[in-house]
Amino acid sequence: MSSILIAILLLATLAVIFGAILGFAAVRFKVEGNPIVDQIDNLLPQTQCGQCSYPGCKPYAEAIAAGESINKCPPGGESTIIALADLLGVEPEPLDAEHGAEKDAVMVAIIREDECIGCTKCIQACPIDAIMGAAKQMHTVIADECTGCDLCVEPCPVDCIDMIPIETTLQTWHWDKPEDLIATSEQSHEKNLEQGVH
Amino acid sequence: MQPITLHSFDGGIHPQENKHQSTQSPIAQLPVPAQVIVPVGQHIGAPADVVVAVGDSVLKGQIIAKPKGFVSAAVHAPTSGKVTAIEQRELPHSSGLEGTCVVIDTDGKDQWLEEIANGDQAIADYLEADNDILNNRIRDCGITGMGGASFPTSVKMAVKGKKIDTLIINAAECEPYITADDMLMRERGLDAIRGIQIMMKLTQADNCLIGIEDNKPEAIKAMEDALHKMHGEHHITVVTIPTKYPSGGEKQLIKILTGKEVPSGGIPAAIGIVCQNIGTCEAVYRAVAEGKPLISRITTITGDSIEQPQNVDVLIGTPVKHLLEFAGFKQEKSLFQKLLGGKSKAESKSRIIMGGPMMGFTLSSDELPIIKSSNCILAPSQKELPANDIASACIRCGLCTEACPADLLPQQLYWFSKAGELDKAEQHNIADCIECGACSYVCPSEIPLVQYYRHAKGAIKEERASQQKSDRSKIRFEARQDRLDREAAEKEAKRKARAATAEKAQAAKKAAALAQQKEAAEEAAKNGDAPVAEAIKPEPVDLEKLQKQLDAAQAGLKKSMDKVAEIKAAAENSDAPIENLEVFEKAVANRRDKVKLLAVQITEAKKLAPPVVKVASREDIEKKLRAQQDRIDKTQQRFQLAQEQGLDTLPALQKGLDKQMQKLKELEAELAQFDKAGV
Repeated sequence: MSSILIAILLLATLAVIFGAILGFAAVRFKVEGNPIVDQIDNLLPQTQCGQCSYPGCKPYAEAIAAGESINKCPPGGESTIIALADLLGVEPEPLDAEHGAEKDAVMVAIIREDECIGCTKCIQACPIDAIMGAAKQMHTVIADECTGCDLCVEPCPVDCIDMIPIETTLQTWHWDKPEDLIATSEQSHEKNLEQGVH
Repeated sequence: MQPITLHSFDGGIHPQENKHQSTQSPIAQLPVPAQVIVPVGQHIGAPADVVVAVGDSVLKGQIIAKPKGFVSAAVHAPTSGKVTAIEQRELPHSSGLEGTCVVIDTDGKDQWLEEIANGDQAIADYLEADNDILNNRIRDCGITGMGGASFPTSVKMAVKGKKIDTLIINAAECEPYITADDMLMRERGLDAIRGIQIMMKLTQADNCLIGIEDNKPEAIKAMEDALHKMHGEHHITVVTIPTKYPSGGEKQLIKILTGKEVPSGGIPAAIGIVCQNIGTCEAVYRAVAEGKPLISRITTITGDSIEQPQNVDVLIGTPVKHLLEFAGFKQEKSLFQKLLGGKSKAESKSRIIMGGPMMGFTLSSDELPIIKSSNCILAPSQKELPANDIASACIRCGLCTEACPADLLPQQLYWFSKAGELDKAEQHNIADCIECGACSYVCPSEIPLVQYYRHAKGAIKEERASQQKSDRSKIRFEARQDRLDREAAEKEAKRKARAATAEKAQAAKKAAALAQQKEAAEEAAKNGDAPVAEAIKPEPVDLEKLQKQLDAAQAGLKKSMDKVAEIKAAAENSDAPIENLEVFEKAVANRRDKVKLLAVQITEAKKLAPPVVKVASREDIEKKLRAQQDRIDKTQQRFQLAQEQGLDTLPALQKGLDKQMQKLKELEAELAQFDKAGV
């Protein structure tokens, strides 16, 4: 009888001790904010273009965390949708065409500086402050920071902003993926012919 | 000196060497071509800034592009002539991209810049000179690694923070066909060793190992002979290493010679080693002791399509075509083409490869120039080096794993790269792949494995760059959002502050008014004129306003009633259904109610507050009188105008005029009364 009592007492003591440790840890190492929102936000392309109808990537991340569908981000495209689906454990869906199509090339805004009248409208529109300038002074885009979100194009009263694709340089170039060729008998034959082997 | 114990690296292959073809004759001097095309971005790092203009005459060795930034190298005119163009041209690079090139039409004189020709730039006692001076000279002369990567040598020499104990000179030249370093050691070994001395001084290395593969006995002998000629202690040792591809890989050579492994993602300096190519040593000697910039190099021209395979000293910027013509290039026709008389759809020109068969790349045209890193031009026949563009399926034989000199798992990397699973490829250390091509070489299915890795490495780099950019965008976006929020909060705070002051002012006013009222009431109470309660009565109802509202309501009522009557009359005359009668009748009822309500209110207000007799002053009445007079004048004018033009507003104007006249009369009467009362 006494051994049962000792066992119960021991377990109860342990329970109290571990409970206290867990309780302390819960308070001491409390995670601020919603970690899933940050994880989603990290997967989004951060163009802050608002094509998803939310005013930036973070708000969309919050909306996704709250149950919004994951296929509203054209700049991220298919790869982002797949990454989000992986993270959230849902089925990937095709990109919602309502919010725009995925672009092939990364674009960058460029201001035709001769035509700029210095109205500052584009500066106010830029979600990441990537346009420099002041009232009645010429503006210019900081090309390295521009995400190509298009938001500055529409407010320009003189239409002097162009979106141009970023050119590949020697620094950014990399090899293409080899074509996925698997030899068929026909191809092999042709190849043999080319090499003069019959 | 203690004997060197050699180590070995795992993997590696033994392809057919094919080196003997190009070592039969001494290094030839290539005649100056009619035109040289010099790209300004031949090195790793930022392309140099062009400092000449179209039309300028340049002399041999004259700087034509200055280094931009720390990791960059100068570019010099390889011969004398005239700059005819500075434009974007295709570069001899696997990407086939364009870059800025300075095009010089040569004058054939090959005239050196004077200060180089007369030796002003030379540092004769280079072993006594200051390191900074030496390194600056190396930088000014545009010396880059001649082994292939073209890393600016001065940057590599200026390594700081870590004690360098061994300088390793890479003379292994493990890639098949290439013999440029071999020939250089045979003919210019002494210069190369002097260059090594300069590098040892710069890096303060304790000793130097020159690694040469044992398939180059002449070169080994030449280097040892040269070392014997050196006076004093030099701590330089020639080490013969077994022939195995890729023993000339930097990490592999270090492993062979020292047994140490360069950490993944690190540089050799992390383990106290600097590695340089033997060709670079010779270039450094030339730059320091002779003051000559890097404007030429030894290039092997070989392959079955070349009549006289050999090594040539060629000016940087020389079109490959010129080199091919010099060595005798025969376009071959495949047996297939011969049989069909050259009408094959697969009419294939012989390939021209820059670099070796393992790591080189096919040039798109023979107009492309030789650059600082072009150690070989290979023109193989179809049979010699068939272009394998058809791969079979992977049979999981594992040969690639055995061949990999970097101890990676090529098969796994292949699956991951093919499926685009870049994160997994990264976990399998794809970054440590040296792209030697040994795996592709041994693959029985002829899968272009190394192409997949190159692609995956590039894609990973790109992904990382875009991740960095998006992180930066996020920070910028959040900073902007914070700023906007702060501005909005500031605005709101200001607005609130203003509202608070306004409210306070109003409250103070009210309080003052109340106090005044109270005072008046108290005074009145003191005087016993009226009870206190009456004094604190709520403000009197505006009788006048009510009266006006009543008038308006009555007018409205009358209008509505007229309308109803009209509709009724119309309805009696015709059989058409009466549409709006109900609406109007309702309106009449509403308005009647309102009139009643107002009338009640007025009577109540009158009861509550005895009508305040408004004491108008004589001046007020006179003012009104004058205003009325003005109005009448205006109306008369308009009346006349209307009469002249025969407008249909005449009756309305007449009515208005009559009313105004009446008002005038009333005012006059009031004035008269006022005068009477005043008198």
